[in-house]
Formats: sequence, structure tokens, C-alpha cells
Amino acid sequence: MKHESRAVGGRIMTVPFTILLAFGLIGLFLIGLRFVLGLGATTNLSAGYPWGLWIAFDVVTGTALACGGYAMALMVYVFNRGKYHPLIRPAILTSALGYSIAAISIAIDVGRPWELWKVPLMLWRWNVNSVLLEVAVCMMVYTMVLWLELAPAMLDSWRESSRPRLRQFAVKSTRFFDRALLWIIGLGILLPTMHQSSLGSLILLSGPRLHPLWNTSLLPAFFLLTALAMGYAMVVFESAFSHHVFGRKPDLQMLMSLQKAAAWGAAIFVAFRIFDVAARGAFTYALRPDRFAVMFWLESALFLSPLAFMFLRGAVPAMGSLVREAMIVAFAGALYRFDAFLLAFDPGPGWAYFPSVTETFVTVGLVSLEVAGYIALVKVFPILGGLPHPVTGPRRQKAIKTHPAPSPAH
Amino acid sequence: MMPADTRGYGSGLYDAPEGLNETTRNIIQVWRDEEEYAFVKKQCMHCVDPACVSACMLQALQKNEKTGVVTWAEDRCVGCRYCQVACPFGVPQFEFASLNPKIVKCEFCEHRFAEGKGPACVEVCPREAVIFGQRDDLLNVARRRLLDHPDNYEGKIYGEHDLGGTQVLYLSPVPFANLGFRFESEEAVPQAQQTVQEAVYRGFIAPVALYAALGVVMIRNRRAAAQEPEDDDPVRDRKGRKNRRER
Repeated sequence: MKHESRAVGGRIMTVPFTILLAFGLIGLFLIGLRFVLGLGATTNLSAGYPWGLWIAFDVVTGTALACGGYAMALMVYVFNRGKYHPLIRPAILTSALGYSIAAISIAIDVGRPWELWKVPLMLWRWNVNSVLLEVAVCMMVYTMVLWLELAPAMLDSWRESSRPRLRQFAVKSTRFFDRALLWIIGLGILLPTMHQSSLGSLILLSGPRLHPLWNTSLLPAFFLLTALAMGYAMVVFESAFSHHVFGRKPDLQMLMSLQKAAAWGAAIFVAFRIFDVAARGAFTYALRPDRFAVMFWLESALFLSPLAFMFLRGAVPAMGSLVREAMIVAFAGALYRFDAFLLAFDPGPGWAYFPSVTETFVTVGLVSLEVAGYIALVKVFPILGGLPHPVTGPRRQKAIKTHPAPSPAH
Repeated sequence: MMPADTRGYGSGLYDAPEGLNETTRNIIQVWRDEEEYAFVKKQCMHCVDPACVSACMLQALQKNEKTGVVTWAEDRCVGCRYCQVACPFGVPQFEFASLNPKIVKCEFCEHRFAEGKGPACVEVCPREAVIFGQRDDLLNVARRRLLDHPDNYEGKIYGEHDLGGTQVLYLSPVPFANLGFRFESEEAVPQAQQTVQEAVYRGFIAPVALYAALGVVMIRNRRAAAQEPEDDDPVRDRKGRKNRRER
């Protein structure tokens, strides 16, 4: 099948890009500070709250927001909806960047990063009961899988390179990917299914210290479901972003279907969750006048509202309202994860946590770098679809000559 | 010299640590109200089924099969602090201030075992407020005391069954909640998580089966797509797919 993607082209160092880089540099500087001064001096972490913003946001929430690649791979290759293919590459790119950010955050957050290499390699020391081990190994492999899934986009561009070595490499590698991509994509669906659910099991170990409204054996199912809903929502958001910034027109019909999936996923989650809370006899906790009940209902309302908006609005919504609904799903999912890992976690009296300035700006910096990376890569490589027809201009003409890269499901 | 972990309050006035911290493996606290008071000694509980050991990726935290002592090994620890998230007693401490941070916790003076000695805290206690021995023997002593002096104690041995049982056991004249023991459920902390994990990952069959199923589905999808005429026109392309779905 022919790839409908073309590089955006144009100058990379624009003003917004420079601002993003500046935030990124601040973040990198603060990361340096963390390694010079230690975690104690730079974070508000404590024995009571050993995990803070970097784990709760960058890893637990960030990877769920980066589930677009997973969600779209499921849609295109398993549910066989080939028409969504143009949305795959940007989704994979966002996922690859999001997971890489998470990996960096883990390396910053752990106190003894020089021992990290032992986690994937010292098999004989593995504690197979450790959910964190499963999550860690799974995420490491999946981050690599994501970049492999993105590789065909780069190869498409390199096959047209003026450098013969690179061209040769690209042609050879393409042959490999033609054969292997299906199995790589298979891993790209299996691994997030495993670790996104296990992220839920992870906090289950805090057991009696986890508030009953969040503490349930269904946590893994809930985390998986919300990750998928967040994934579809993020693809809608991304497409709108690319439309706004790069003028790539998305197929509104497709985005509506994706948002529909996200909204239904979110609503089904709320239904299951309320049923689960009631079945465990924990519903009285939802009726108490405390912050836990407030957050529980706020999460539920946020998760439900996109479906309500969907029914209330016209059959063919404006792009703006679609994006708003998508952002609500993403935000609700983020809040649910944040609450499960921080608010619902009660280490006992005397402990408090609010992220330090360093923690905050490291996260801001990493997210800025993620957005900057997205902008740079879609300009250089054929990732974004949604081209206006007919295609004109010398750069686009060149891209058209790109070999049809046979890929699975086409 | 004041111990390193005492907190300074401005001008040379000091106070003792408020609880276990990265230089305090063992601390005696007091609870009191208008009528009563009670002391409690806090340290690692050396749980029968320790959450920290279940959490630890590379078995840096291990429970000795013979002694039951939970120890930490430096060369296996990445400093992820999942043990701190897991421990319901807030025992493992992490040297946040250090660039080579370690996990600090009571290890029952395991290094003294070779010399035939027990924990130092037991050895120095002049009133036998803490005693050391086999868990079964200690339980018998505790039961005896409860029988002999029922008025002196809450009618319960904390740690016999609590959170799956601990190897440090307590008798108390006041409710255990007053002494900071927040949980009295009998389920071991790792239980809920391990039940879920075993259901999903037993023998790693489910993930392998899922991968195989994904492969089969995707290959079938690819074959179906290959039989369709290759088409460059996006409009007709979409139509073609629509037709296929209707079949």
C-alpha cells in the first residue's frame, strides 16, 4: 500500500520551537542539578511519599497519554480498519516520544541509576513476583518496539537520500521490516496490554494504605481501559494539533469515530467502577464529605461528560468541540491515575507531598522536548497524512516517488 | 555528640527524631493521654509475607529462609523505592540526601548471629521489655502472659495474624491503634496483587497466547487486504474496503 504520509518540510528553528527548546534546556539543567545535589535537595520526596510527580505523571500518566500508537495499532491491524492507516505514524511517533520521556524520568527518579542495567539483564536475579519488574522490562522493550515501528517512516525518507550509503542501508533495512514488521507490531500491541494493566496492579501493593474508592483488584482492567480511551483521545487531539500547526487536514469522520470510541470507553469505565465500588461495599466512602469522595465524583463526571456532549451536540461536530471532548477524556484519565498514585495513597499522619519547583520544571522541560521532537520529526520524515489533493510543490513531488512500502494488513 | 538524625531548631536546641528515618532503624515512642501511657518500640516487623520483598525487582530485599530476617543487598538495588510504597509500616528508609543512597532498615543485627548473639536492642534492655526467640516460642510466652494477666493487656497479640503475620510481636496495655498500628486486617499485603498477577500471568501462558492470536489475526487481515485490487484513488479505495466489510 502506498504511504499517504509526507514530510512537512520547512524551517525547524521557529519561534515556538525555540521557546520549547528553552524550557527543555531548563529541564536538562535541573536534571543535572538532581545528579549533583541528590534527590533530597531537589525534590519533595520523602519516606511517606517515595513516588512523586515524576512517577505519577511522567511514567504512570505520560505513558497512558502515549497510548495512541497502541490504540491505533489495535484499530488498524487487529480490528482491520485500514482507513485509519494515515493516523498510525503520528500516533506511533507521539508514543515513542512519550515512552522515551518516561524512560528518562525513571532514570532520574531512581536513586541508584547506575544499577539500572541489571534490571533487563540479570535474569537470574529477577523477582518474578515483582510487578514493577514486569512493568520496567515491558516498558523498556516497548520503547524500542515503538522506535522500530516508526523506522519505516525514516527509511521511506532515507531511500530517497542523496547519500548512497544511507540509501543502501535504507533499502536493505526495508527488506527486513517488510518481513518483521508484523511481529514487531504484534509486540507493540502485546506489551502495552501487559504493562498498562500492570501499572494498575503496581499500586495495588500499597494495600491497606490505598483508599477504598481506588483500591480494587480491577485496577489493572481499569488502567488498561482508561489507557485505550486516553490513547484514542490523544490521537484526536494530535490530529487537531497537526491541522492547526501544519495545515494537514484530518478526516473529520475518522476523528469522530475515534472520539466515539474514547467517550464510550470512558463511560464504560465509570459504569464498571461504580458497580465495583458498590459490590465491594465501599460506596459509603463516595458519600462522605471529604476530598476522596469529591475526587471520585469529579473523575466520574469528567469521564462521563464526553459521551453526554456527544449526544447533545449535532451529528457533525465542529473540530473544536471534538477536540474539547478528547481533551476531557485525556484529562480525566490523567486525574484518575494521579489520584490512584498520590491522592488515594495515605502514608499516615504527618506526611505531605507537593512537587518541588525542580520536579515541576524537569517535567515541564521533558514535555517541551517531547513536543519539540514531534515538530522536528514530522518536518523531516514522512509521518503526517492528511495532504490536500492534488499534491503540488517540488518537495511533495519528491516524496510521491517514495517506494510503496509493503506493510502488513495492506 | 548528638546523633546525626536529631533535628535542630535554630539555635542549638535539639529534639529526638520523630520516627524511623535514614539513620534511625529502631526507635522508642510514647503514647499518652490524661490517664494512661504506653511505650512502643518501632523497627522492621520482618513480616511473614513481606510486601517489600514482593516489590523488589532484583531481590535486593530478601527474607532469609531460615531466620526470617528481611535484609537488603546494596548491589541489587536501583533505588526505585517501591519497597517504601509497599511497606504498610513505613519501615524501609531511603537516604534521599545521599548521591549513593541506600535502603536503611532494621536487619535484626543479623551480623551478630554468627557470634551466637541476638539483636543488640534485646541484649541491652534491662527489663526484658523486648525479648528474642523463635516465633512460636514468643507466641507461647505472649499467650501465657495474656492468660496470667488479662487485665494488663489488650486481649490480642499484634502480629500473630495481622497483615499476614509478622515476626515482631507486640502486647500492649492500650489499643494498638494508639501506638500507630493502623491496620489489623489479616490479609498479607502482597496477597491482593499476587492473586491478580497469578490469575493473569500464570505460567506466562496468557501473554504467549495473546501474541499468537494477534499474529493469526494480523496475517489473516493482511491476506484479505492483499486480495483486494491495489488502488491509488483514495475515494475508490475507501469504497473497496467498504464493500469488503459488507461481504
